[in-house]
Amino acid sequence: MIDVLLAQGSGFFQKRTGAGCVAENGFCPSWIADNINKYWTPLGQHVFLTVTAVAIGFSIAFVLSLIAHRQRWLTGPITGVTGALYTVPSVAAFFLLIPVSGRGNLTAEIALVSYTLLILFRNITAGLRNVPEDVIDAARGMGLTPNQILRRIELPLAMPEILAGLRIAFTTTVGLATLAFFAGGSGLGEQIYSEKAGTGGIFFKSNVVVAGGLAVLLAAVGDLVFLSIQRFALPWRRATAT
Amino acid sequence: MTPSHTAQPEGQSSSADSTAAELEFREATKRYPGADTAAVDHLSLTVPAGEICVLVGPSGCGKTTAMRMVNRLIDITEGDILLGGASVKNQEPAELRRSIGYAIQQIGLFPHHTIGDNIAAVPRLLGWDKDRIHARVDELIQLISLDTDVRDRYPAQLSGGQRQRVGVARALAADPPVLLMDEPFGAIDPINRERLQNEFLRLQREIRKTIVFVTHDIDEAIKMGDRIAVLKTGGHLAQYAPPAELLMSPADDFVEQFVGADRALKRLALQRVRDIDLWTAALARPGDLAEGIRRKVADADLHLALMVDADGRPQGWVSERDLAAAGERIPEKPSSSALPFIDLDDVLRDALGRLLDSEMRYAPVVDGAGRVTGVLSIDVISHALHVPPEETRSSTELVADAE
Repeated sequence: MIDVLLAQGSGFFQKRTGAGCVAENGFCPSWIADNINKYWTPLGQHVFLTVTAVAIGFSIAFVLSLIAHRQRWLTGPITGVTGALYTVPSVAAFFLLIPVSGRGNLTAEIALVSYTLLILFRNITAGLRNVPEDVIDAARGMGLTPNQILRRIELPLAMPEILAGLRIAFTTTVGLATLAFFAGGSGLGEQIYSEKAGTGGIFFKSNVVVAGGLAVLLAAVGDLVFLSIQRFALPWRRATAT
Repeated sequence: MTPSHTAQPEGQSSSADSTAAELEFREATKRYPGADTAAVDHLSLTVPAGEICVLVGPSGCGKTTAMRMVNRLIDITEGDILLGGASVKNQEPAELRRSIGYAIQQIGLFPHHTIGDNIAAVPRLLGWDKDRIHARVDELIQLISLDTDVRDRYPAQLSGGQRQRVGVARALAADPPVLLMDEPFGAIDPINRERLQNEFLRLQREIRKTIVFVTHDIDEAIKMGDRIAVLKTGGHLAQYAPPAELLMSPADDFVEQFVGADRALKRLALQRVRDIDLWTAALARPGDLAEGIRRKVADADLHLALMVDADGRPQGWVSERDLAAAGERIPEKPSSSALPFIDLDDVLRDALGRLLDSEMRYAPVVDGAGRVTGVLSIDVISHALHVPPEETRSSTELVADAE
């Protein structure tokens, strides 16, 4: 395996910096500079995998939360089922799904979505539950219908918890999506684990640093986006007594 | 003295285009499934348009339940509640609630809406146009004496008292004929509560809404109510009467116990010094002839002369002995201080407090300009307690007089 890697890598490096760095499996900035273009497509795929999983997961969790909000007794069973999905080891989940949905992004997405459900469901229901009783009573007493209360009062007030859930779900999914490779999915996982990706595979340090680093960067950017939404879209959260 | 409990629909605020409506509980009953006793049991009472009806009683007496039946936050099991003659049961609950103001102890302002948006909540539900809502919000912010710049602030940026005012403004926003208030001042510290109560009574004098006001505090009930409904556990109405009548003739032991052993003292809070017959005193000015003053003292209720300055402001008492010992003219200096002064607008409770504080049995009463108008004594106060209830005044009148 290492031989293959070195054979592949050496071709690139002899031109500019010599075989030294790559041959010694070091951290090679000039190799990175030469090869960075090979990472953009997988990064895009990774973003797609993550965003799709979080979006689908959110839609399902949101509907489940609304159902549980109206029928409180369903909260326990739904938490149980999504909790069970959450505890399945991720790589195992990918392999278990392959016979059902085949190798590829579909299988990867199914697993990724199932991991977001518990986090999102728990945060959305907690957000809805934490809306102060007196605010709802006042809203009812003033003549808002149950749907108006949900749309105008409960969901906006649950936004901080919902966004917090999305943050956690997004960063978790960025990490898990690197394993999508094992289900035949695309994304940065292919660069990290496979020599076939053409960037040296798991045993070439420079490659692992770049591919892993991009995943970390993606998670950080997502984190920042949700944080800024929390900060700028919810001005009332910052309002305190003057 | 003016007769109490007169509804004055013509005395409404100029902005109000809805008139207050009469509210009638007709055998209204709430029974929860599985409960042995009713929460509210065949409650029948009528609140005349424009009056404050206080529902008071110990916890578990069903006062809040009774109030919440009016806007159908709790459904009526039996009987009916009529609003301006129409049954509340015939209306869609959400529609009905938009026509009834609602203010609660925890206020329940929407934390994610600005003060302006909070106040505008019901007008928006009713589909008012933007300009009308904007004007109405301005008007209400002024009405509750807040600065117009609170409009764009969030509830978390206001003090408890300010939030409570906004809660009341929000309840009044669509100018509903009826207002429900559940312990609206319950969470406010005593000093601010007193202020908010007075403010609200002044406001009520302008807006003249029909108000159902729930409290567990009998003192607040006496202060706020034109009529008080005392409820006892199980939702039974023990007595429904104006405050003075409730204090003077409690219907049964329960009411008597509930209003407290100090009900005579509580009545003192319902009368002002200007409403009762004061003692006369012989007024003396430095240099007056002693003989003339002695004659005036003999005709007065008090065997002392009160020395006043040129403007009639009290300077001090001249004792009988000093008056007897005086020569042709009365002494230049009074024998003792005339303090404390009682204000004509003080309620009797405060006036009595001032007498007791200074260990005096009597004190001069002064008007707004500081001139003597009579003498208040402990005897005068105890006599005033026997004034029949129909000659005492309602709380809104008492507060309005103070201005």
